[in-house]
Amino acid sequence: MLNYIIKRLAIAVPTLLILIVLSYILMYAAPGGPFTREKALPPQVIANLTARYGFDEPLWKQILIYVWNIIAHFDFGPSYIYKDRTVNDIIAQGFPVTLRYGMIAFVVSALSGIGLGVVAAINHNSRLDYAAVGISIGAQVLPNFVMAPILVLVFTLWLGWLPGGGWEGGEWRYVIMPVIALATSYMAYIARITRGSMLEVMTSNHIRTARAKGLPMSKVVLRHALKPALLPVLSFLGPAFVGMITGSVVVDMYFSTGGIGKAFVDSAQNRDYAVMMGITLLVGILYIAFNLLVDVLYAWIDPKIRY
Amino acid sequence: MKHLLLTTILGLSLATPVFAEKYGATGEELAADQAYSYYMLDSAKSLDPNLASSVEDADIIRSLIEGLYEEDAAGAIIPAGATSYEVSADLTTYTFHLRPEAKWSNGDPVVAGDYVYGWQRLVDPATASEYAWYMELAQVVNAGEITRGEKPLSDLGVTAIDDLTLEVKILAPLPYFPKMLTHTAMFPINKKAIDQFGGEWTKPGNYIGNGAYTLSEHLVGEKLVMTKSPTYWNAASVIMSPITAVTINDENAAWTRWVAGELDRSTVPTGQFPRLKAEYPDEVSSNPSACSYTYVINLAEGKGNAALQDVRVRKALAYALDRNIVIDNILQAGQIPAYSWTPGAMDGFTIPATDYAAWTQDERNEKARALLAEAGYGPDKPLTFTLNYNTSEGHQKIAVAIQQMWKQTLGVAMTPQNFEWAVHTDKMHAGDYDMARYAWCGDYNEASTFLDLWTSYSGNNDTKYANPAYDALMKDAKTMADPNPNYTKAEEVLAADMPIIPIYHYTQVRVVRKDIKGLPTTNVLNTWYAKNLYRIAQ
Repeated sequence: MLNYIIKRLAIAVPTLLILIVLSYILMYAAPGGPFTREKALPPQVIANLTARYGFDEPLWKQILIYVWNIIAHFDFGPSYIYKDRTVNDIIAQGFPVTLRYGMIAFVVSALSGIGLGVVAAINHNSRLDYAAVGISIGAQVLPNFVMAPILVLVFTLWLGWLPGGGWEGGEWRYVIMPVIALATSYMAYIARITRGSMLEVMTSNHIRTARAKGLPMSKVVLRHALKPALLPVLSFLGPAFVGMITGSVVVDMYFSTGGIGKAFVDSAQNRDYAVMMGITLLVGILYIAFNLLVDVLYAWIDPKIRY
Repeated sequence: MKHLLLTTILGLSLATPVFAEKYGATGEELAADQAYSYYMLDSAKSLDPNLASSVEDADIIRSLIEGLYEEDAAGAIIPAGATSYEVSADLTTYTFHLRPEAKWSNGDPVVAGDYVYGWQRLVDPATASEYAWYMELAQVVNAGEITRGEKPLSDLGVTAIDDLTLEVKILAPLPYFPKMLTHTAMFPINKKAIDQFGGEWTKPGNYIGNGAYTLSEHLVGEKLVMTKSPTYWNAASVIMSPITAVTINDENAAWTRWVAGELDRSTVPTGQFPRLKAEYPDEVSSNPSACSYTYVINLAEGKGNAALQDVRVRKALAYALDRNIVIDNILQAGQIPAYSWTPGAMDGFTIPATDYAAWTQDERNEKARALLAEAGYGPDKPLTFTLNYNTSEGHQKIAVAIQQMWKQTLGVAMTPQNFEWAVHTDKMHAGDYDMARYAWCGDYNEASTFLDLWTSYSGNNDTKYANPAYDALMKDAKTMADPNPNYTKAEEVLAADMPIIPIYHYTQVRVVRKDIKGLPTTNVLNTWYAKNLYRIAQ
């Protein structure tokens, strides 16, 4: 097992390097650049900017300098648009925000999704099943850009319970709506996978054996059915977790959280190369880490899997 | 419980002053709460006056740093960091007398050397300021050469005669030079802050300004908070504090948060102005703004669409575009139809009477059909071309409406195509388009900020329109005591050549709480100062 983890971590290094090179090339291939302005900048201004940020070097050298600065100084470069800030500043401010609402949204969506899925599966084709499926389909067809205004309408304008936006260091009243807006569609998806997988497991031989033994239903479900049924859910949860903690542009925009989801999309639109690279790398590292974690958890849940 | 009760009573007694304060100038009674919060579409990009580039940046920097002059509610200049100036007989040397009581937030006096440092730093190639060209536009001696790295910083035409006297030399007389001083690019900089903190100097705690406010908090994407500065020379007159700028990237969310009471000033979502104006008549308003919306035509040789090189075709298209439909049915926020380029709200400028502005739309359509037929286009030889616009619901609606107008009136087949903003801009600069959506906002309150754009030597003239007569008019205007007759003539040349099709002049729609006073409504650059605001008791 330890060998396996070391091997996977070793592969991560070239993977990240390929990610850097590919992202760099794709970034440069996109039309426009960080100094494209509606009011075109005079040539001497562009020349000064180009020199200041090192864009006058050949692409391969820029990539080398970029990688070297990360390794030697943990410096991910400056933002070419938000000129007072470095990529480190942007991530240091935005990531804790999305991490906070993303983690809570993850717990909420995983618990409610799995719960809903299990209830639906063990009450297959009953009213409870239809209700659970109804809720999850309803939640899935409501994208977060529809969900967010509805939440604000209800909780801010009608009831006056919650502020319509802002973050205030993650005070709970500011976290609730971002969490709901982000969690609903994930919850729906998790509920559907859980239900499908649970239905399959419930007809398998070992469950039939357990029931034949005369075990009560609750024990059958919790002790024998849930663990194998969660395998497909788990492979979804890994990437879903990364997706949630790196934020959502809609949530960040609508609720003015200052999170990293918005910063990522902005950087792409503004051609703010270093910010785009920095967040791409962050997301890449998180994906690699959590995919590894999921694979390790697999082995723990399913004794048939050996590495 | 006892403790809670006690603190509540204490808190209440602190919050309610015994005698209500009054606003000096008008005697209006002031409210106890003088906190102000406003919406901004995007976070500040930089709080360094030399690196700032957006409207949001400027709105904030004007509270943190004070320049030589500032604007009053109508856009005219009034003394700020300077108390007065003299200009030499040949109109090329300005001598500014600085305010002796002005202080930086670290307690240092503001001296002429701070202006010299700030101005030199703006044009320094190492700063790589996007507004370095502004100093050149202001004709300050050697600004361009220094930006191009041809001369040392010390050659810039700005000198500190003594601590309170600043001398500026410009290349040629420029009647609106003092007006250009209100721009944040021309603000002084405290060298100590930069020496000590480098690129980190604009962070809260490090920031040294000489303005009415100091920076307390800056969370990109969420909010920025400023509080009243005790060291400001006129701190006694500053009423509102703290000032909170809230970033909200969604107009609807911005509106909702205003309704929920979280903001004092916000915006009105596109297309909702008539309804919300009816609902909140005292709070919602639409004010003229120094921006124009237009379709530009690619006139570069061998590029663009050959048919559009014919002035008759361009005129036909300009005439057959019913601006009132665009404004009344799509934008619906009191925008002003544009039959010429410069907004009429610019200081000292009156919109010239271009002949087609006076016609009825039927007359314009009639004329347009005749011109197009004369140019040889009709059912047998239909005119087809493309229109580029940057992806946005508003631009799309306008493009589709105009497509229909041209199709119905002239039988012209225009195909709108949208591009992501950076691609759109890139294509325009590269001359890779037939016709393209464009908008321009003035940098200072004078018509040349608009008209200079279409000179053949302008770096932003993506039409590649070149008319020596037009260039001459604009060049001569630079040294005229009253350049307005030349501006009128320049607009007439534009209307005759029609390199662009002006569509409308912007308005700024906003919603402001009734008890907020001191926000200008007639300043077309929308230049406002937080220190002039106050909240009256209701």
